[in-house]
Amino acid sequence: MIHFGVLLYALLEVPAAGESKIISLQPVDLAIIVIYFAAVLGIGFYLKKFAKRGEDFFVAGRGMTAWVAGLAFISANLGSLELLGWAGNAYQYGILAAHWYWVGAIPAMLFLALIMMPFYYICKTHSVPGYLELRYGNATSGLSAITFAVMTILMSGVNMYAMAVVMQVILGWNIHFSIWVSSLTVGIYVALGGLFSAIFNEVIQFFLIWLGALLIPILGLIESGGWSGMVAHIQQNFPGRDFTHMWGPMLHPSQNPMGVQWVAIVFGLGAVLSMGYWTTDFLVVQRVITAKDIRSAKTAPIIGAYFKMAVPFIVILPGLLGLAVLPYHLYPANVATAGQHTYDQVLPLMMARYLGPGLLGLGITALIAGFMSGMAGNISAFATVWTYDLYRPFIKKDATDRHYVAMGRWCTMIGLLISIGAAYIVTQFGSLMDYVQALFSFFIAPLFGTVIIGMLWKRATKKAGFWGLLAGITTAISTFALMRGHPERVAWFCFYAKAQPLAQQMWQALWAFVAVLVVSLLVTLATKPRPEAELRGLVMGLTEIPGEGHLPLVKRPVFWAAICFGVFLVLQWIFR
Amino acid sequence: MSEERHMIPVWFFVGILLFIYGLLIFVTGLAEWSHPPANTELAHLHAPVWWGAIMVVMGAVFVKLFRPGTKAK
Repeated sequence: MIHFGVLLYALLEVPAAGESKIISLQPVDLAIIVIYFAAVLGIGFYLKKFAKRGEDFFVAGRGMTAWVAGLAFISANLGSLELLGWAGNAYQYGILAAHWYWVGAIPAMLFLALIMMPFYYICKTHSVPGYLELRYGNATSGLSAITFAVMTILMSGVNMYAMAVVMQVILGWNIHFSIWVSSLTVGIYVALGGLFSAIFNEVIQFFLIWLGALLIPILGLIESGGWSGMVAHIQQNFPGRDFTHMWGPMLHPSQNPMGVQWVAIVFGLGAVLSMGYWTTDFLVVQRVITAKDIRSAKTAPIIGAYFKMAVPFIVILPGLLGLAVLPYHLYPANVATAGQHTYDQVLPLMMARYLGPGLLGLGITALIAGFMSGMAGNISAFATVWTYDLYRPFIKKDATDRHYVAMGRWCTMIGLLISIGAAYIVTQFGSLMDYVQALFSFFIAPLFGTVIIGMLWKRATKKAGFWGLLAGITTAISTFALMRGHPERVAWFCFYAKAQPLAQQMWQALWAFVAVLVVSLLVTLATKPRPEAELRGLVMGLTEIPGEGHLPLVKRPVFWAAICFGVFLVLQWIFR
Repeated sequence: MSEERHMIPVWFFVGILLFIYGLLIFVTGLAEWSHPPANTELAHLHAPVWWGAIMVVMGAVFVKLFRPGTKAK
């Protein structure tokens, strides 16, 4: 064991001398990390025998309970870069960052549960592009599948690189070691157990993240003297600045550091961007599609919504506590000089402040687990979309189920190698990273527009689906290019010249969504509708959704959704 | 989790992992009881001891409820 520990240290350490790191791990911490890797690989080998059919490998046999699907659904979004990035945003913008967890998530998750999930579930689709194929035909589905597959694999590579850099900065680990060991482990367990493996790992990650991060706000609040003590410390450290109100500074963009007003938060973030992400990003929707029955499928996002509401406690609060208790200030990455720390490092800095040996290993394992399960989510979603939405309809139509499973296993490994290639390209051209991350945002809002029109309006035609989606994507790209290339044009789209990138993203989504609506409407009116018989099970008004009137109140998803929404409103009031 | 093909529920694996991690953290906390790490804030609260104990109990409950051969709740 000692020899293994020495070997591990030698592999992990960055050779460059003089490089300072935030956290030093002890043997017990390394043991916790090694046990995690052994556990996920062991589970992958165990699950292989259950993932022999396509239905098992790609949609986990559609046998998951609401709790498993719900925790996997929320964990697929609880990646390490998310945690580090949003804790950093909380340090920079204060509690405004919680908008992305509350108004930017809860209404959308409840909307998915109560309105959209029945259609996804009843039509028995295996993916979101699969739904588009049934509703609008191959052209729209192909466009959506290609963009999703390319973006997913690129994002996976970019995240891989970003996480390796984080591990280098925080722990001093070798960047190549981080990339190869984590990605090969993910590749092996997803290729073995398919979506079963990905979901099992996500549920495990859920517990690791909560248990690894929950102590930071608890101990931070004890140190700073509770919420009121924390607010007093922040006011003392940053006089004249408001970090603890969510809606008060939203009346005018000049009143908050994000440069955003409430209209963009409610409509851009709450009604479009978050709806797009939570209801049509296949990475998260895939988890709910695996539910064993329609009531479980509706309940899973509601369970996820309750936990999502609590996530600011382990992400936003540590950022705020950083403002209160850290004896030095943090800076933006492009401003920080040698010896200074950046906003994104606030979470590891707080971990190093409160967590000793053992607990630190748990916290780091939670970050590694979050990163690996995020990668597993990308790879498993890629394998499904490639095999079922591109390979089967366009390349080999009538192969056996066994053939498609083999294709899924192969493209898991191939997708992973492409991701690693993308990671190394980003290593060479760092500025590409921003653009690849922006690429993903181009497709979210238009896809939501196309899917929701298809679900709610039976008159929408095949051509309207395709041209509406294309118009939305084009609008998003054009808006982004105009604002990025000519900052003086930001005011054209955001009505405020100093709108920050997060605010720009909301307006970009809103304009793209409007473009989808307008073009879909015009094309629909100019083209012939599909016969109603072809739309049964796909569109509201033509789909028989099983009633829940016979169930006791506590077993009805709508009851729990109503309570969830009530708690959400109370939180908005408390932190207004 | 579907029990149709006798798959061990994910909760059992969660329980095993929490139990092992909790034990490691608890023992580490006990070992450093008299000389807590100097560079950790609030070390006198001995967080590893009680946090490790909570994890051990959680892990044990999950293992007991979802061990192979037990019908999932």
